[in-house]
Amino acid sequence: MPASPLLEVSDLSKRFPVRGSRSLVHAVDRVGFSLQAGESVGLVGESGCGKSTLVRLVTRLLDHTGGEIRFEGQEIGAIPSAHFAHRPERAKIQMVFQDPTDSLNPRFTAFDTVADPIRHLAGVSERRLLQDRVAEVADLVRLPGELLGRYPHQLSGGQQQRVGIARAIAVSPQLLILDEPTSALDVSVQAVILHLLAELRRRLGMSYLFVSHDLNVVRLITERVMVMYAGRIVEVGPTAEVFSRPNHPYTRALLSAIPTFDPNSRRERIRLPGEPQSPIDPSPTVCRFFGRCPEGFDRCAREMPALRHLGGDRHVACHLLDRDHDGEGPSE
Amino acid sequence: MSTAVLRMARAGRYVVLGNPLTFGAFLMLAGLVTLALFGHWIAPYDPLATAVGPRLAPPSTTHWFGTDHLGRDILSRVIVATRLDLLIAISAVTLSFAAGSAAGASAGFYGGWTERIVTRIVDTIMAFPLFVLAMGIMAAVGTSVMNIVLTVALINFPSYARIARAEVNVRRNAGYVEAARLAGNTPRRILAVHIYPNCLPTLIVQASMNMGWAILSAAGLSFIGLGVRPPTAEWGIMVSDGSAFMMSGEWWVSTFPGIALMLAVLSFNLMGDGLRDLIDPRRRS
Repeated sequence: MPASPLLEVSDLSKRFPVRGSRSLVHAVDRVGFSLQAGESVGLVGESGCGKSTLVRLVTRLLDHTGGEIRFEGQEIGAIPSAHFAHRPERAKIQMVFQDPTDSLNPRFTAFDTVADPIRHLAGVSERRLLQDRVAEVADLVRLPGELLGRYPHQLSGGQQQRVGIARAIAVSPQLLILDEPTSALDVSVQAVILHLLAELRRRLGMSYLFVSHDLNVVRLITERVMVMYAGRIVEVGPTAEVFSRPNHPYTRALLSAIPTFDPNSRRERIRLPGEPQSPIDPSPTVCRFFGRCPEGFDRCAREMPALRHLGGDRHVACHLLDRDHDGEGPSE
Repeated sequence: MSTAVLRMARAGRYVVLGNPLTFGAFLMLAGLVTLALFGHWIAPYDPLATAVGPRLAPPSTTHWFGTDHLGRDILSRVIVATRLDLLIAISAVTLSFAAGSAAGASAGFYGGWTERIVTRIVDTIMAFPLFVLAMGIMAAVGTSVMNIVLTVALINFPSYARIARAEVNVRRNAGYVEAARLAGNTPRRILAVHIYPNCLPTLIVQASMNMGWAILSAAGLSFIGLGVRPPTAEWGIMVSDGSAFMMSGEWWVSTFPGIALMLAVLSFNLMGDGLRDLIDPRRRS
């Protein structure tokens, strides 16, 4: 493994104030992970677990409330997001958004949309150079050149998302963050876009941070996966290993919810009882998953499990693994 | 590009043909603009010349709308007044559109102190009955066309500021705004280039609906003697001049400028309704 990762996040937190009180919503809570150059890492978890907040911190659209974000060894987390537009790192971290109808300006043609980052981040203002570069990028995402003059409402969902991808890769970023890039698309278009994304990574050598709640998509496109629950990362590991042998009870529940096509392999679905704990001022000494965890025991209510290295490239934040080793019995 | 124009034209034809009221309003506005531009040549008599006919003559073939107490031709005066009334209304609406939408958009985008200051100003203006506020200001600053324009602009400022603030606010966190930040746009550029143009349709509809009201405000101020001064031809003053003769039976002195005023306001309002339908079909009634 190379010594210096492309992106290194440590102890990253984002707490939002609750209007009219002193309480805080712990959207992202002391998250740490790293991403190598050229690597594709998945980030999975249910709605509201903090995935979107985490990627907005990493893309520097949001300011964090604690921790560090190192990009190519450079600490970029402390730069106010309002000033980040002028930093050289701005072009290197780009993002593809979930819903292309929302992320494309309805009054911008496809050309204007793709040219926008080239103008501001690459400093190209000459019309001809701009046209050349936009045509080149459109070709990369296989967007027919005659569509460049169209407005978003004149494009199909798949074409819109190609424009979104073209905009993101127009300034040759090193880290591309994909925030559920296919969840707003038809299934048939999803496959095409996913293949395009896989191909682009090979050709351009970008790193991906791929956010999704569609586990099949994550399995297809990522090498490593991080599982997030209630603002914390609960499990990290090579995608194939995590999918075949999940260590965290939440990961197991999540994987058991993947629909299968084989009617004979009726896997046991793990149902999670109850509601997730409130993200407002959660107790720092209780595991976030406690109460919903089918295997929780008394230690889970006394101590927050830390993310620990298990050997190989696997990490998990759960007391169960200790219990199996120490022989400490379940609470029942 | 040409397809977009074609689509607009097709949508416009649909709204116009499917909505004869809007079409009528459009024709009427076209007529008003013609009168405003060429009224001085169209008018049969000099609007300011007295005794071009007998005093208080009823409508006849020589004086279609009759004459007033100074023997001036009312038709000529009604025609010539169009320019002044429209000019006041358009300048006032343009001014409040520009100032109100800029202030409102900044408030909705930046929040914080900017928003607090703008909403306080808006609330302060709205705390008064608007026409009474206009009367007070005109009484204080004195009557001139410039002052009428500024006063009418001021009392219309809140509606633009509020709409712009709300429109910008709902778009502030849209995906394309985040994308614009990723593309290296500065906040000011994001507001001016990415957000504000998307709010324009709503604001333009508001301006069109507001135009009738601006004419009415200007004429109203003149009617009570706080606006344009006589002998200038202006609908409000003419209605006011004629009101003294209503009781003695010379109805035409007030009625014709009043009808002109009513038609102008009506056509602007119908036009605004039609525009709103064109831009936002969901609110079609």
